[in-house]
Amino acid sequence: MKDLIKIRDLAVRFYTYEGIVYAIDDLDLEIRQGETLGIVGETGSGKTMTALAILRLIPYPGKIESGSILFFDKSIDQELELLKLRDDRMRSIRGNRISMVFQEPGAALNPVYTIGDQISEVFLLHRRRELAQRAKQRLDSLLSDGNGLAAGVKRPFWGWQRRIYDKIAKESHAFEPRLLGRLPLFRRLLWRMGYEAKLLTVDMLKDVEIPDAARVAVQYPHQLSGGMKQRAVIAMALACSPELLIADEPTTSLDVTIQAQMLELFRRIKVDKGASILFITHNLGVASEVCDRVAVMYAGRLCEVAPVGEMFVHPLHPYTKALLNAVPMPGKKLETIPGVLADALNPPPGCRFHPRCPSAMPICGQERAKLKEVSKDHMVACHLY
Amino acid sequence: MSSWKLMLRQIVRNPLSLAGVIIIFIFITLAIFAPLIAPVPEGHRDPYLIPHDGYSITPQPPSEEHIFGTTQGQYDIFYGCIWGARTAFRVAFLVMAITILIGLVLGSLSGYFGGKIDEVIMRITDVFLAFPALILAMAIVASIGPSINTVIIALCVVWWPSYARLIRGDILALREEDYVEASRGLGASSARVILRHVLPNAIYPTLIMASLDIGAVVLSAAALSFLGLGAPEGYADWGQMTEFARNWIVGPQNDPLKYWYAVITPGVFILFFVLGWNLLGDAFRDIFDPRLARR
Amino acid sequence: MDTLVDIKKLKKHFPILGGVFRRPVGMVKALDGVSLAIRRGQWLGLVGESGCGKTTLAKTVIRLWKPTSGHIYFDVPDETKALIEELESQGKNGSKLNYLLNENDLATFSGNRLRSLRRRAQLVHQDPFTSLDPRMKIKSTVGEPLRIHHVLSGEAARSAVKELLERVGLSAGQLERYPHQFSGGQRQRIAIARALATKPEFIAFDEPTSALDVSVQAQILNLLKDLKKEFGLTYLYITHELLIAESVCDYIAVMYLGKVVEMGRPEEIFHSPRHPYSQSLIAATPVPDPSRRVGRIVLPGEVPSPANPPPGCAFHPRCSRASDECRELAPELRPVSSDHYVACFHPL
Repeated sequence: MKDLIKIRDLAVRFYTYEGIVYAIDDLDLEIRQGETLGIVGETGSGKTMTALAILRLIPYPGKIESGSILFFDKSIDQELELLKLRDDRMRSIRGNRISMVFQEPGAALNPVYTIGDQISEVFLLHRRRELAQRAKQRLDSLLSDGNGLAAGVKRPFWGWQRRIYDKIAKESHAFEPRLLGRLPLFRRLLWRMGYEAKLLTVDMLKDVEIPDAARVAVQYPHQLSGGMKQRAVIAMALACSPELLIADEPTTSLDVTIQAQMLELFRRIKVDKGASILFITHNLGVASEVCDRVAVMYAGRLCEVAPVGEMFVHPLHPYTKALLNAVPMPGKKLETIPGVLADALNPPPGCRFHPRCPSAMPICGQERAKLKEVSKDHMVACHLY
Repeated sequence: MSSWKLMLRQIVRNPLSLAGVIIIFIFITLAIFAPLIAPVPEGHRDPYLIPHDGYSITPQPPSEEHIFGTTQGQYDIFYGCIWGARTAFRVAFLVMAITILIGLVLGSLSGYFGGKIDEVIMRITDVFLAFPALILAMAIVASIGPSINTVIIALCVVWWPSYARLIRGDILALREEDYVEASRGLGASSARVILRHVLPNAIYPTLIMASLDIGAVVLSAAALSFLGLGAPEGYADWGQMTEFARNWIVGPQNDPLKYWYAVITPGVFILFFVLGWNLLGDAFRDIFDPRLARR
Repeated sequence: MDTLVDIKKLKKHFPILGGVFRRPVGMVKALDGVSLAIRRGQWLGLVGESGCGKTTLAKTVIRLWKPTSGHIYFDVPDETKALIEELESQGKNGSKLNYLLNENDLATFSGNRLRSLRRRAQLVHQDPFTSLDPRMKIKSTVGEPLRIHHVLSGEAARSAVKELLERVGLSAGQLERYPHQFSGGQRQRIAIARALATKPEFIAFDEPTSALDVSVQAQILNLLKDLKKEFGLTYLYITHELLIAESVCDYIAVMYLGKVVEMGRPEEIFHSPRHPYSQSLIAATPVPDPSRRVGRIVLPGEVPSPANPPPGCAFHPRCSRASDECRELAPELRPVSSDHYVACFHPL
């Protein structure tokens, strides 16, 4: 099976007043279909930038300098080069085929709209044809058994509505419905699509285990707790059954018990929806709980990529080892990594970890280590191997 | 050190900021070297009173002797414009300094202590804000009697409430900052917390607003003078000179633009002074705005 | 070991203001009767989720906030405390009781008394990015407590600041810099140096590493360990990460909704927790070891609002062992073994 996302030689730089920040430097990474890939790293390691690069949402003054990101489109059995896609095509992918969940659920929700409005907007944006199809079916069933005076009066409108929905179902941006959608009063003819979107929204909220979903759908973000908000954000991200769900520190702002619920949810999503998940976290414990494979990043470069079992039992890269030793564990002496994080403006030459590395060799300061496969699926970028 | 260099680079990079700096620099030069550029005639008592050449009521066009022409009453426009720069700076800086001082004291008391003190101070500012600013200023000048100092007092009275409010708002936010709490946790007294931690952090937004406001102060002072409520006749003040020109804005029937110099010249000085401060204020805001700081 | 900080039935309620006139319409019971004793030289870990009142406890103990009721004793002999208790139980509101409380109970302190306490007890904030004044040089920040308390001045203060900074692992050459020129870990070191300046006996830490990276967190924790040994300090360490509490603390208190639900030595809390909440908290903590994935208890529901806590035991709506008793009565902390207390009717 082909990889869902294949990143090759990706470089992201930020042009600031103080100099050029090498946020991501020659990154090679693939996300397989149906897997949860974790990216683990400290501040400034470039893990969030990797995710944003996939969505082509690198903020100013950053720029994707070079490289390629291939997205495997199952429906046409072809790989799309995301970095060369037209802007409108990219927009139809964002939130639809690839969606993202952010760290702060509060910031991802607009405070002036209800949860239901915000999620149904995703459907209305990306699933017009499906909504029209559903609306048409519902109208058909109404027409077939609808009787009585009210139905009789409404029937001519229903016929018109049915025709419009039919048009949208055939071509999502047909002229007549688009025109009607812009006209006051006539716009009301399309209400059934909004209604269908609301129904789907409630289903979605039930899917992420929100109790009392119908009530939550009409509530505003500030009425929900942090955990509920994050569930709603996840529901929004899952609305269009994306092939890739990017989760950027989705549990960092949550409590431990809520985090455990959320991790359970992510595991279920992967199984139920068959989506790939790119899970970004700084918490090694969380990564070991949800991920199938883990990639460790340091100062914009990949250090090691391995399946979880391998990574946490037989880490190879000195940075991975040091990071694992720095996690407080009962009955274990707390070890520290000497020195400070590499300066993003003036990164050390060669391997960026070498000034802090206990097993640094002369070559480490001169030449960067290429990522190589040392055993099956276990890749490491270190001169030791 | 490096932050100063960075600031300078940011100013130089933006042509508008640079223009603002240059304009204000030119005005400062004019004000400092006024006695050299427009020498005070022998035996003239007060250099701020424009010397006049006869009592003819009709303005005279620019000539060898009066390069910008003369106004009604034969006051020399060139002299007035140059020495007017000093008046403009004096009015602007005095009004701003007094306003900020009042604003800082009342705003920080109000914001830091809250409760009753806050309530009282804020209601007083509300009373002042309830009057239309220019009308209140006019009333004050009219009751004390027009002079340049009265204008300064009047403008301070109408200007301070907005600063008290701005500073109070900043301090309300700063009061909740961890470092303020940390300082209280170290045992610092309220006065120390306000003076060492709260005010230094509140002063920058205030100064940015002040630099943007200087233009507005000068405009208001000019407006008061234009209405005859400012400097006395013949005083070197741009607003006062426009008042002189009030009757000469439109010339005789056959030549409506005949006396343009009497109106345009002081007007242009006011325009550039205000423009310069606004550009400079924008530059300051861009520099001190933390969201843009690391770009 | 004697008790340095003794907290008795401490309550802190915040009014919820509402309506046009900003009248209190309810109370957030951030601390609802917490009793806790911190022994001299102890590293007490206070564990709990957000909203359980752990930060409120730290800030109230250090007297940044005034408690609603209860007593806080700082280095007060047991006899005095016993005497106060006796007088209180007699229900007499006499001048002797008032005098004793004013002399000894931190909760009543203000003015100069409070200032002298500030020399002996310090707080380190959670976020080093906000706890340092951005417009103050490091030497002023660290030297501030010295100047406030007139401990040292001039050259002596300068060299003391230098020494402090070197002690926490920063070089003297960085004295003239501003906070924004430092990384998160370095800033937290500066904040620790500032807290150490007046040679306090007791320091409360409010999640000092939660804003930091894993590798930096380990550095800070090791620094705290060394400092504690070197200066004979007593720590109140607040964290939501159980792994940290387990690996560094001598004693642990678990809080839930304004109350301590379990106290004990870390080995006991982590290997044989007696309160169902502690148990699920431990089970929910992710551990970087895929072999430990099994056996997780996912606690249903969320922490209720402290403005409107459930009656009886606050944990009962989420508890699998809850009985009718739990719904009506609030359990008190009871000893289950030596130095191990639990507030539960049906301990595990």
